Amino acid sequence: MTTEPPIIEFRNVTRSFGSQMILRNVSFKLERGQTVAVIGESGCGKSVTLKLMIGLIAPNSGDVLLDGRSHASRSERELTKERLRFGYVFQGAALFDSLTVGENIAFPLRQNTQMTDQQIHNEMQERLRDVGLPPLVAHKRPAELSGGMKKRVGLARALALQPEIMLYDEPTTGLDPIMTDVINTLIAQTREKRPMTSVVVTHEMSTVGRTADRVLMLYPLPRLEATDGQVVFDGSPAEAFSTENRRVYQFVHGMAGERLEELAVK
Amino acid sequence: MQTALQTDSPLSAPIRAVGKITIEGVTLAGDLAIFAGQMLAWLFTRLPRYSVILTSAYAIGVMSLPVVLLTGAFIGMVIAVQTFEQFQFMHLETQLGATINMSLVRELGPVLTATMLAGRVGSSIAAELGTMKITEQIDALRVLGANPIQYLVVPRFVACVLLIPLLALCADAAGVVGGWFFGSQILGVNSVHYWNHSEDFIGAFDLFTGAAKCAFFGAAIAIIACHRGFHCSAGAEGVGKAATEAFVLSFVAILVLDFLAGILLNEIYHLLYMPSVGVG
Repeated sequence: MTTEPPIIEFRNVTRSFGSQMILRNVSFKLERGQTVAVIGESGCGKSVTLKLMIGLIAPNSGDVLLDGRSHASRSERELTKERLRFGYVFQGAALFDSLTVGENIAFPLRQNTQMTDQQIHNEMQERLRDVGLPPLVAHKRPAELSGGMKKRVGLARALALQPEIMLYDEPTTGLDPIMTDVINTLIAQTREKRPMTSVVVTHEMSTVGRTADRVLMLYPLPRLEATDGQVVFDGSPAEAFSTENRRVYQFVHGMAGERLEELAVK
Repeated sequence: MQTALQTDSPLSAPIRAVGKITIEGVTLAGDLAIFAGQMLAWLFTRLPRYSVILTSAYAIGVMSLPVVLLTGAFIGMVIAVQTFEQFQFMHLETQLGATINMSLVRELGPVLTATMLAGRVGSSIAAELGTMKITEQIDALRVLGANPIQYLVVPRFVACVLLIPLLALCADAAGVVGGWFFGSQILGVNSVHYWNHSEDFIGAFDLFTGAAKCAFFGAAIAIIACHRGFHCSAGAEGVGKAATEAFVLSFVAILVLDFLAGILLNEIYHLLYMPSVGVG
């Protein structure tokens, strides 16, 4: 009897940019159907983790495995095909400025399917409805949209190919509390509509509480000793909220702690 | 210890600076060659949709036409202003048309049009792609199953290679008309002489020379501008730097290519029209 491999696995992944190391020997496994929140301070490597998962960047050492097979063992063509299993909601939405909202949502369908123009149009309208936007928005340019609308269009575009893994990069950052609630609800609804694995990178604890069933916390390398692991917490949201681990507690409850003393010294 | 002393020595500073510039130059040249190779691989295997190419062609070709015509017309008039007195002194003012048109069609039209387009088109491409890079739009393309080089670089390359020669021919035409207007209507050179001499001294090969040079210039502008955009660093400063580098590197490439293409096309001219000179 063979056991199914985890859908995504990090094995001792290290990644640097120039002389700055962002991730050091990070290892974890994501099981199918889980919604995992990756939390941590700015600069701890949350977004880099997402880009490694989808193969946009490669680790300097270690392995990122998808369905038990390393990204490094795949050709660029294979990796491009595997990426279509992912939906990626970018931090700033990353909508194509030169295209209308409708063309943005239709882009992956036009690029990767043989659907007719009418089918693509219908699909695009349905994705707009999924994220609660009126059909008329399809004719607008991204520059004409508010931050919350951009995030919703980004979500609609990410859902166009009906992915099995959703990656959200700080989906609620910079939004007002009402829009944050709307996006959190959309993330939860997306998961309820069809089973999928989701990874939500965030530093908003309301998003963690509303969407996640597992929490991973990364810690910035400059604040760790050489022997410390970078994943400082791996557990349920309830455990994250109730833990007495100082690093996790400070982050979850928004307490600066020794950082204020550092400021005073400066 | 010895190495530390050597690198700390003030005398080693210029050597290190030269070494650094050399390494950066070679790295850039190699990186540009790889980038161009990837672009050519897509160009000959899978072109993007025609609508994508047409969008680039419109932005690069049609939108540049007014400024190219204006530049060409003024180049023609400036040559007329600069050369008229010398020719009049030698009683050769009727040759004005030949001088204007030869310098315009063979050299100044293509080079100045390409230089102007390196500024207008090259900087714009680098800034647009640079902004796409820092706002993660290039990553989004890869996530959505599109290859950024195929989708962003190939259409701009095709548009530049095909349309910059045509724009240069338009600039030539505007310059000829500009030269005629200033020479004949303002300075009083006889129009019949102007056009007759223009016709006598300009042949099909001259037009081909200008257009062929511009195809090389267009390729260089597209590759350099796209490359700089793809390697843009973060922030407004990064985008500004990418746009500036795109123009400066394109301008240098235009001058170098003009020199090399001039030698090559001269050889071709001798082979085609003066075989005995070419062989001898």
